Amino acid sequence: MKIIQYLINGISIGSVYAVIALGYTMVYGIAKMLNFAHGDIIMVGAYISFCVTNYLGLPVVVSILAAMAVCTVLGMLIEALAYKPLRGTPSLAVLITAIGVSYFLQNAAQLIWSSSPKNYTSVVTFQPLRLVGGQLVITGEVIVTIIASIVIMVGLTWFTGKTRTGKAMRAVSEDREAAELMGISVNKTISTTFAIGSALAAIAGVLLCSTVPTLQPTTGSMPGIRAFTAAVLGGIGSIPGAMLGGILLGIIETFSKAYLSPQFSDAIVFGVLIVILLVKPAGLLGKQVQEKV
Amino acid sequence: MNEYSKKILKVPTVTFVREQDQGKQPVLDVRNLGIDFGGLTAVDGFNITIGPTEISGLIGPNGAGKTTIFNLLTGVYQPTRGSVLVNGIDIKGMPVHKVNKLGIARTFQNIRLFTDMSVLDNVKVGMHNDIKCSFFESVLHLPGYYKAEKRANQKAMELLDFMGLAEFADTKAGSLPYGVQRRLEIVRALATNPSVILLDEPAAGMNPSETTELMHQIRRIRDTFHVAIFLIEHDMNLVMNVCEAIAVVNYGRIIAKGTPDEIRTNPAVIEAYLGKEEGDANAEG
Amino acid sequence: MKKLNRNQVKNASTYILVTAAFLILQVLSTQGKLNSTTKGFLVPACAYIVLAVSLNLLVGICGELSLGHAGFMGIGAFTGIVVTSLLAEAVPNGVLRLVMGMVAGGVLAGVVGFLIGIPVLRLRGDYLAIVTLAFGEIMKNVFGNLYLGVDENGLHATIKSEGLTLAEGGKMIISGPRGATGITKLSTFAVGFVLILLTLFVVQNLINSKEGRAIKAVRDNRIAAESVGINVTAFRMKAFVVSAFLAGMAGALYAMNYGSITASKFNFNTSINILVFVVLGGMGNILGSIISATVLYILPEAMRGLQDYRMILYAVVLILVMLFTWSPKMKDIISVVTDKVRGVFRKNEKEAASHE
Repeated sequence: MKIIQYLINGISIGSVYAVIALGYTMVYGIAKMLNFAHGDIIMVGAYISFCVTNYLGLPVVVSILAAMAVCTVLGMLIEALAYKPLRGTPSLAVLITAIGVSYFLQNAAQLIWSSSPKNYTSVVTFQPLRLVGGQLVITGEVIVTIIASIVIMVGLTWFTGKTRTGKAMRAVSEDREAAELMGISVNKTISTTFAIGSALAAIAGVLLCSTVPTLQPTTGSMPGIRAFTAAVLGGIGSIPGAMLGGILLGIIETFSKAYLSPQFSDAIVFGVLIVILLVKPAGLLGKQVQEKV
Repeated sequence: MNEYSKKILKVPTVTFVREQDQGKQPVLDVRNLGIDFGGLTAVDGFNITIGPTEISGLIGPNGAGKTTIFNLLTGVYQPTRGSVLVNGIDIKGMPVHKVNKLGIARTFQNIRLFTDMSVLDNVKVGMHNDIKCSFFESVLHLPGYYKAEKRANQKAMELLDFMGLAEFADTKAGSLPYGVQRRLEIVRALATNPSVILLDEPAAGMNPSETTELMHQIRRIRDTFHVAIFLIEHDMNLVMNVCEAIAVVNYGRIIAKGTPDEIRTNPAVIEAYLGKEEGDANAEG
Repeated sequence: MKKLNRNQVKNASTYILVTAAFLILQVLSTQGKLNSTTKGFLVPACAYIVLAVSLNLLVGICGELSLGHAGFMGIGAFTGIVVTSLLAEAVPNGVLRLVMGMVAGGVLAGVVGFLIGIPVLRLRGDYLAIVTLAFGEIMKNVFGNLYLGVDENGLHATIKSEGLTLAEGGKMIISGPRGATGITKLSTFAVGFVLILLTLFVVQNLINSKEGRAIKAVRDNRIAAESVGINVTAFRMKAFVVSAFLAGMAGALYAMNYGSITASKFNFNTSINILVFVVLGGMGNILGSIISATVLYILPEAMRGLQDYRMILYAVVLILVMLFTWSPKMKDIISVVTDKVRGVFRKNEKEAASHE
């Protein structure tokens, strides 16, 4: 029974990682950059929703929408100001700039909201499910998180598969020059990608802090790194890969904390990543690209 | 595939051997080489032996698999079937740099020079494995390092001089005119001290006088350095004049082999290049 | 030949600059002219310079992205602490013990670098970054949970959470999450300076050698480099190991500047900081790394006066510097402006000349 409990918890935290990983993987696949500031946008999303609920007294739904709105604008702004001017430069340059943005967001948050942790009230209001005579506890957060991530993943898959914008995104990720020659606005497509990724980050922030209720300027940083490794695990650039990687990572993390060693869960999680990359460098669902000689 | 694969082609079993190479081990001995990419058979049943000082040619229509064969011979691709022996050693499973060390060097269809480095440095990189100096000697800049570098400079300048490129020694490779770049690639390949050089379309983009000059240079390289040369070309003038033996491929298979005279009159070759029946050709007018 | 001389001049001037800076600071320090804060900067600055230069070898010159450099620093740090602790009686001379600790730290870091390198260096660019990131986190995790102590029965170590129980008179060297405490502060500015010189020697010689040529060739066109017989993986490995070795020595120097240290110091943030030093100093620019490491290490401290705003300012400056040095549009604007300025000067010269 314990195993199922751990499995469910693992899937739950894994779903949060999956939602964050989706943002990373989309941006990497389409804009060809690792947005290190992604984890901090999550943090901003959590703070915004916190403020709207606690300081403005507005209902939860409004706070979530507000967080998504603010993060979307923030993401697009960052892309336009800090990343777009560096398009075409070596990926290291953009990476360092992203790190600068990450620092900026963390310290701005510290200035605005101070570094003392805030107590985040979960957005989930219903009571946990108790099954099997109380042995299995499924909190409301777990249910909401899993459902949310499934909805998002299905939505994204439909979006990239069926809509014009989504198909444009896929085209840009496969061959940017050809897409441009076909009349696709690369600028708009990349902007849209960041917008969607950031909106997802806001949702992830809300879900994350509902599960782990303390909120600090550094809250987004570690989950961001984990989610990034999850994206790589699943195959960076692949949407189902991000989902798979996130869930797997969550399960591995939970199980290693429960059965192997709580202190070494970091080492184990990253160790698994290294093993997978050695065996299948493109990730579980990624594609190997042959170079033309 | 098509009609060619269904026809059973008679390929001459006698392979050409130069007088000078009689009784010597071939530098390149390829048997039944083939590669499949997923469901597509790109090359099949490729056989060839090249003597130590032979100049051979590989011709065929576009997309026939010629560069793929070169990639198989140099270890860029691992074959699905067959074997490649360089100087008698099987290259199966070897990484590209090891295959080069065995004695096979190449140039590329789309020039691959070290564009940010000087011409001299490009050649010196080619000489990398011949510069005898250990990692520690390099890191600590011991006297052995200076000696080795001096010798390398000398030999590199000699090679450049041989191809008439000495004046460009300090120029950045990327800023050179196209024809000079092609010649530099050949020098770099020579610098690796090979037994056989594979030239991939060396005359591409050259005008007739440059091509004639190239023909002379190819013969000079063979005569001076005693290397075999195996080249892919579309310029028939160059091929017929400089090659002693020619293999013709189409759809990844050999359709003819022989001396230039034999190939010139071979009906299968003519068909491959000019299309199917006379009827079709007439219809297009 | 002209080109070679320019390189030699540049390399020599780096040595001269570093030596001059050392001499000046050392004299000021012994004369008591430096306040304690500045004195406290000296050794860590040396360590960060070595870390930046060694990472530059990997990132700037080989073009490999490594996000786990702090992991090697940590290995060197804890190895150095253990070795100097164990040799406390056998080798009473502080400097000698420090050097032995540093060498031990460097060697172990190099060995670990080699072991990681074997499977990992055949991966492409971005993947290497991720694996090095993972490696850094693993190192931090392992060292943060390591218990190591010595007593009359010898050396004991465990990773169990209950820790170690030592016999009477035993001494704990590393105490899990609490890190290493009771470290004898052996590091000196002079040793740091020598380490910098060694690093410069190794790295610059490597660049200006046939190995350096090969590395440049691989960066320029990997497929062509392979086709002329260059073993790309072997080269990446050599650079990786040398870089790790130097980082290990720097880590040992750094750790033994403090009475206590925890594994959390050698985290992803530190790796990123070092990477920022390298990128801002100029990729492949050794002197640039030295300057940027010094300035960027001291800068946050120097801006303490600005209190809360200093980190935001740091972040903004970082972003602006990146945009101005890398963005093609910015470069165009700058060149247009400089051309116009030059044009104005020339016009003035012409006018002045025609007036005479």
